Amino acid sequence: MPSKEKLYMQIRMLFGRNRAGERLQDELRFHLDQQISENIASGMNPDDARSAAMRTFGDPALVREQVRATWNWYSLDKLGRDLKYGVRTLLRSPGFAIVSVLVMALGIGATTSLFTMVRAVLLRPLPFRDSSNLVMLYEHFRQGKSGDGFNAVAPGDYRDWRSQTHGFEDIAAMRRYGGIVSGVHSELPEVVQSAGGSANLFPLLGVTPVYGRLFAEAEDKPQAEPVVLLTWSFFQRRFAGDPSIVGKQIHLDTIPTTVVGVLPNWFNYPDARIQFWMPYAQTFTLQDYGIHDGHQSMVVARVKPGVSVAAATREVSTLQYQIHVANASKPVAEDVWSRPMIDDVVKDVKTPLLVLLCSVVCMLLIACLNVSNLLVARSAARRKEVAIRGALGGSRLALIREQMTESLLICVAGGGLGLLLSLASTHWLAAHWRNLPRADTVHVDGWVFAFALGLVAATAMLAGLLPAISSTGRESLSALRESSRSIGGSASRARLRKMMLTAEIALTVTLLAAAGLLFHSFVRLRTADLGCRTDHVLTMKFGLPEIQYNTREKVLLFHESLLERVRRLPGVSGAALVSTAPAAGPEGDRVFTILERPAPSYSIQYVALTRTADPQYFSVMQIPLLRGRVFTEHERLHNDRFIVVSRQFVNQYLAGNDPIGKHVRSGWDDKVDNYEIIGEVDDTLYDVTKPVSATMYFPILSGIPNRTSEATIVVHTSVDPLAISTPVQQQISALEPELPVYDALTMDQILNKTTASQGFAANLVLAFAGTSLLLAGIGLYGVLSYLVTQRSVEIAIRIALGARRPEVLRVVLVDGLKPVLFGAAAGVAGAAVAGSLIRSMLYGASPYDPLVVAGMVGCLLFTAVVACVIPAWRASRVDPIQALRSE
Amino acid sequence: MGKPSDLVQGTLDLLILKAISLEPKHGWAIAKRIQQISNEVLQLQQGSLYPALHRLEQQGWIIAKWAEGETGRQAKFDSLTESGRGQLEKEAANWSRLSQAIDIVVAEA
Repeated sequence: MPSKEKLYMQIRMLFGRNRAGERLQDELRFHLDQQISENIASGMNPDDARSAAMRTFGDPALVREQVRATWNWYSLDKLGRDLKYGVRTLLRSPGFAIVSVLVMALGIGATTSLFTMVRAVLLRPLPFRDSSNLVMLYEHFRQGKSGDGFNAVAPGDYRDWRSQTHGFEDIAAMRRYGGIVSGVHSELPEVVQSAGGSANLFPLLGVTPVYGRLFAEAEDKPQAEPVVLLTWSFFQRRFAGDPSIVGKQIHLDTIPTTVVGVLPNWFNYPDARIQFWMPYAQTFTLQDYGIHDGHQSMVVARVKPGVSVAAATREVSTLQYQIHVANASKPVAEDVWSRPMIDDVVKDVKTPLLVLLCSVVCMLLIACLNVSNLLVARSAARRKEVAIRGALGGSRLALIREQMTESLLICVAGGGLGLLLSLASTHWLAAHWRNLPRADTVHVDGWVFAFALGLVAATAMLAGLLPAISSTGRESLSALRESSRSIGGSASRARLRKMMLTAEIALTVTLLAAAGLLFHSFVRLRTADLGCRTDHVLTMKFGLPEIQYNTREKVLLFHESLLERVRRLPGVSGAALVSTAPAAGPEGDRVFTILERPAPSYSIQYVALTRTADPQYFSVMQIPLLRGRVFTEHERLHNDRFIVVSRQFVNQYLAGNDPIGKHVRSGWDDKVDNYEIIGEVDDTLYDVTKPVSATMYFPILSGIPNRTSEATIVVHTSVDPLAISTPVQQQISALEPELPVYDALTMDQILNKTTASQGFAANLVLAFAGTSLLLAGIGLYGVLSYLVTQRSVEIAIRIALGARRPEVLRVVLVDGLKPVLFGAAAGVAGAAVAGSLIRSMLYGASPYDPLVVAGMVGCLLFTAVVACVIPAWRASRVDPIQALRSE
Repeated sequence: MGKPSDLVQGTLDLLILKAISLEPKHGWAIAKRIQQISNEVLQLQQGSLYPALHRLEQQGWIIAKWAEGETGRQAKFDSLTESGRGQLEKEAANWSRLSQAIDIVVAEA
C-alpha cells in the first residue's frame, strides 16, 4: 500500500509532466549558478568558474535524462516518445502509410465482421432454457440415398416415442404449416407461414407468453377447439400490439379460431417468417395424426440429467425399429438419429461461414506479410543508422521497440478504421445473407471489440517483429563494415523477403483457387438447365379455401375460368396451371408401386415428386414430350386415373422401358388407386442445387379439392412478365374477390432466389481473393524494386563490362519469378486442401477442377509477370556511368 | 573524484534523507552538507545527486517546495515527509546494523 504522499506524487507526475520538466531545468541551473558563484567567490575568473562547476557537476543533459528515468510513469513517457517518433517516420512517406493502413483496415475489418457473425450464429447458445441440453431427433432410413440421413418425423412415430420411452425429460414436436388469416368477417385475407407446436413444446424450450397462455394438452388434439398463439411480429403488425386480441377470434383458413396468447419478441424459431402457432395435433386430420409413413415434423427433446444423449437416443431408436417392423410394407424408418439443436439450426451455413472466415484470415495474413515486407524494405534504407546506434550502445530492445512502434501504429490505425468498417459491413452482411439463421442476433459487443484488439496486437507483432529483429540483429553491424560498393551484403535479408513473398503467393493461390471453384459452381448453377422455359414466365400462387370450394366441379370451374380469362389478356401468349413450378421447391412426394413390376421390398421404396398440371402446362413451359401424349381436356373430374411421368421416373423405376400403358398404384388421402401412364416428358429440376428427381404429373382438371385447390398459374408473356402481374391478379380477384395471391415471381426471380446465397458467398470470396491478388502484386513489385535498387551497382558493372540489356532483364525477371513459382506450387497444394473444405458448397462441380485451378494460377502468374517486368525493365535501363558515380 | 558507485549501495539515499532531516535544503546545499559533515571524505559528483533526489521524491519520502533562497533567487527546497522520516529511521537502522557487522568482520580478521 503506497503512502498518500506517493499517491499524490503519482497523480502530480501524471498531469504535471511538462511543468516538472521546466522545474527540473530551473533546479539544475540554480545548482550550477550557485557553484559558479562560489567558485568566483573563491577567486576564479568567470570562465574558469563555469568550467570548474561543470566539471564537478557532470553533464547536465545526462543528469536530466537520469532524473527523468526515476520519475513515475517513465515507461509511458518512453512510449509517447516512441509514438511521436513512429508517427514522424510514417508521415515522411505518407503513401506507404496510407496504403498500409487501408490494407490493414480492410483485413482487420473483414475478419472482425466474419468473427462477429460466426460468434453470433455458430458459437452463441440458442436463446432457450438450458439450450445445450436440447437435441433434435430425426428418423433415419438405412437405405436412404439422398440428403444427409436426417429425415423428418411422422406424427405417429413421435407420439409413440413420447409415450413409450423415458430416456429424455420430454419430447416435443413441431411442423411448418401455412394458412390464410383473415378477420372474423373474412376481411384482409393474407397467406402466411405458420407452424404447429405440441402443447409441451413451449414449456420444453422455456418460452413463456407475453400475454395470455400457452396451449393446454387438451387442445393438442385433432379437431379440438381451434386455438392459436400469435408471434410478436404478427401481433404488432396485424393487431397493432393491442393485447385485447387475446381471447378474441380470428379466421384461419376460414375457421374461427381463438387467440389464446402472444409469444415473446425474441422467439422467432424456426425462423422469423412464422406468423402464428397452432397446436401440433390440430394441423392433422384425426386419421393422419397416427400415421407412421408421412414425414413432415421436427422433434426436439430435452436431455434428462444423468442420461447420456446416446443412451436416450438408442432407446427411441429401438422403439422405432419395432414400429418399422410392424409397418413393414410402408416407408417407416428403422433408426432414430439425434443431433444438438444448435447444430441443427446452423447446419446449412456452418461451412460457408467458416470458409469465409478462413478466406478473410488468409487475406489478413497476406496483408500482414505485405506490410512486413514493405517495412523490411524501409528498414533496409536505415540500416546504417540502426547499426551506428547499436554500436553507440543503443539497446537492441529499444531499437526493436522503436521499429515495432511503426507497425503497431499502422495496425492500430488500420484496426480502428477496420472496426468502423466492420460495424458498417457486419449489418450489411447479415442482412444480405439470405436465410442466415439467427441473423437478428448478429451485433457488435465487447467480445468483438476484444477480438479486434487482439487482432491488432497479433497483426502488429506479425508485421513488425520479423523486420525489426532482422534489421537489429547481430549482423547489422556488418552494415558498417561493408564498403559502399559491396553487393552481396544483404543476401540474407533478401532471402527473408523472398520467403515471405513465397508464403504470400501460396496463400493467394489457395484463396484464388477456392474463389474460382465457388464462382465456377455458382455460374454453373445460374446457367443450369432447368429443363423448361425460364424467360418471360410469370408464376403466381393461390390457394382456394376448401370450405367454399368443396367439390370437384367448383374447383374445376374456377381453374378453367381463370385460365380462359388470363389467356385472353393482351401480352399473354400462354397460361397453364401446375401445383408447383419448376425450381420452386420439392413440395410433395408420394410412394407408389407399379403393377407391371414386382412390388418393391420395404427397404427400397418407390417414391416420386407429385405435381398436378393442366393439358397446356408442358407446351407453355416447353417441357419436351418424349413418349405417348400429355393430358387433354378429357382427363377431367372423375376421369382422372391418368398420369404423365418424367424421364428420371422411367429410368429409375422402369429401367428405361416404355412406360406407356403401365399402371402406377398410389395412395392419396388413404385412398389407393391405379393410374395409367399415358406419357413421358423430360425432366425439370425442383431445385437447381439438387439432383433431378423422378416426378409424376396428375391431371389438375380433376378438380379434387385437396389436390388441386393450391395451384400456381404460370404465364408465358410476350412483354415484360412483371407487367402482367397486376392484370393476372385482377382476373383472380374478379373470380374470387377475397382470394389472396402470393409469390408473384418470374422464373428468373425464382432462380435468383435459390442461387442467391451461393452467389453471395462466391462473390465475397472472389472479392477477398482479388484483394489478395492485388496485395501479392504490390508485394512482388516492392521486393523486386528493392532488389534492383540494391543491385544497381552490380548491374551497372555488368553492363559496363558488356552484358546485354535483354540478358539483364532476363536475370532480374527470373530472380523475381522464382519465389512466385515456389509459392504457386505450394498454393496448388493449399488449393487441394481448400477444395476438400468447400466440397459441400460446390454444386455438381469437382473440388479439384484442374481447369479452374490452372486458370487461377495463370491469373496469378500474369499479375506476377506484370509486377516483375517494371523493375526488371528499370534494371535493364541502368546507366552504368550514372550508377557508378552516385556510389 | 568519487562516483556514486563508490558509495556503498543505497547509502546515498540515507545521506540525503539525513541531510534534510533538520531543515529543508536545496540540492546544492545538500551536496555541500554531505561533503562538509563527512569532512570531505565523501566526494560525490554533484549531478548524480539529482536522480537520487528525484527518486526519493517520487517515492513520496521527500517533498519539494520552491522558495526564495539566501541569494534571493527561487530555489527548490526539499524536506522530509512523514513517510520519509519513517524511511530515514529504517535506513539508518539498516546502516548501523550493516556497519557494525562489517566492523566485527574487519576486527576479527
